[in-house]
Amino acid sequence: MELLMSATIGILTASGVYLLLRARTFPVILGFALITYAVNFFIFAMGRLAVNQPPIIRADVNQYVDPLPQALVLTAIVISFGMTAVIVVMALRSYIETDTDHVDLK
Amino acid sequence: MNYWLIFPILIPCLTAVLIILGMYRDHLVARTFSMIGVVLNFIVSVSLLQMALHGDILTYNLGDWLPPFGITFVLDRLSALMLVLTSVLAFFILLYSLGGLDRQGRHFHSLIQFQIMGLNGAFLTGDLFNLFVFFEVLLIASYALMVHGGGATRIKAGVQYVAVNLVGSALFLIAAALIYGVAGTLNMADLAVKVAALPASEQALLHTGALLLLVVFAIKAALVPFQFWLPGTYGNTAAPVAALFAILTKVGAYSIIRVYTLIFGESTAWIAAPWLLPAGLVTLVVGTLGILAAKNLGQLISFAVIGSMGTLMIPISLFTTHALAAALYYLLHSTVAAAALFLLVDLIRQRRKDHSDNLTAGASFAQRGLIASLFFLGAIAMTGMPPLSGFIGKLMILNSSREENTFLIWGIILSMSLLSIIGFAKGGSTLFWKTTPANEKAQPVSTSVIPFISVTGLLLFSLMLVLFAEPILVYATHTAQQLLSPTEYIQSVFSLNKEAP
Repeated sequence: MELLMSATIGILTASGVYLLLRARTFPVILGFALITYAVNFFIFAMGRLAVNQPPIIRADVNQYVDPLPQALVLTAIVISFGMTAVIVVMALRSYIETDTDHVDLK
Repeated sequence: MNYWLIFPILIPCLTAVLIILGMYRDHLVARTFSMIGVVLNFIVSVSLLQMALHGDILTYNLGDWLPPFGITFVLDRLSALMLVLTSVLAFFILLYSLGGLDRQGRHFHSLIQFQIMGLNGAFLTGDLFNLFVFFEVLLIASYALMVHGGGATRIKAGVQYVAVNLVGSALFLIAAALIYGVAGTLNMADLAVKVAALPASEQALLHTGALLLLVVFAIKAALVPFQFWLPGTYGNTAAPVAALFAILTKVGAYSIIRVYTLIFGESTAWIAAPWLLPAGLVTLVVGTLGILAAKNLGQLISFAVIGSMGTLMIPISLFTTHALAAALYYLLHSTVAAAALFLLVDLIRQRRKDHSDNLTAGASFAQRGLIASLFFLGAIAMTGMPPLSGFIGKLMILNSSREENTFLIWGIILSMSLLSIIGFAKGGSTLFWKTTPANEKAQPVSTSVIPFISVTGLLLFSLMLVLFAEPILVYATHTAQQLLSPTEYIQSVFSLNKEAP
């Protein structure tokens, strides 16, 4: 599971960075989405990976998984969702006003 | 528990929501409420400064969840100082915007309030993840403010600004997750305790997290090699918005001071210091060369801001009482000086229709003498000439760096000051002196005195920094002492807990 998780994070980040460097608005937005996924997985993994363990305290279990990273991921997802909306709108506006989807200023 | 701590966040938040809900159609009401919000924020900030004046560290736990589990707000001398600086700057910029900028888009007033809320929150929070959240609050407001007024170039520059900051946010999350993964907490005071007690086997990951966090703050503070976004953003946005953004780079500086004295200070052998000094020196050089090469005044001031961030980072990297005190004084000075200059850029842009703020010789314009005099004062402050506050700030920075690398630091700061004087003199003389007689048919400009009150107010603040240099320096020195002995901070945060962690 560790290998799968780290490979997923690595591949998502690498693809995201590649897309970001294309410097066209649509690939840049997709790149952000991928990087965000990678970051979310990473936060999740920092609570240590575990299978079949609840994140809440119950009388009949004594093995728990750390609940805090899951709460952090939730916040991170909400914020990155809002951010994606903002950059989509701005990219569209920029395309409409300048007739090009290049991100660079010249 | 001190309930006053939540007010600097609540007041702008409620004002913004009220304005969105029903007032944005009526400019007069929106302006009135926005102004009331900013003035209330100023009053609360000053009274918080009063409370922090004698060295008490106050805390507020949201929902009464005790640290390290709840969200904690902490007020110490540094936070109080930053709150007052924010509220003063916000007041003058809001005042300036009443000259017409706020009518260029519907939600200017609520956005500026959300911006203040994010700034105040970032200065008050005692939790690393919450710092991220408030960074996002102030960034989202700044994205919208950045494109306020519209225009093709501005929106394009806005996309770049959003893109750079999204990368920054992703890095912040990775860094915070790494630190959490090692230390198991994100409360700053708790982190300070846990980090000091970590075994050697965990140090590698911890250091990675700490330095990744430094990259994030360096992006915010526009330090080389992450300075490239700043001229495009500040130069292309509406100049008064750029004036407000003068405090955004200081959020980066504040975070560096806070995190690398409290959490990654003595216990990790001042991990940021070896990176900050070269970054500061190179940033200063890059900023100054930019001043010489700038093609328009907006760009020139943007590069001056980069240069001032470099100057600011040099004393921070020394992590001594004197150097930190000098840094805090310079931080106050450079924020207001940059803001005043950006407001002047806007006045010049309004008056030179065909040349805008390009550094090219053009026709004379209305109130040229007055604007030139104000620019002269602003440039004196920014480049660090006597008698304004830049001089005292730089003098203190030079004085505090007499122990190590003296020749390097003094040489670069002094030679770059000379170059920036040349840059400002060149820009100013082209704009104000190489003018042809005014065009008879020149478009009439607004003769409102409000913009001039605002600029003069900011410059007077710079003068106040000189007149009251001693009490301010005493306060800054006490602040630096408080920062360098984090035990007090940690004890205050956990003062309500029955047993120490």
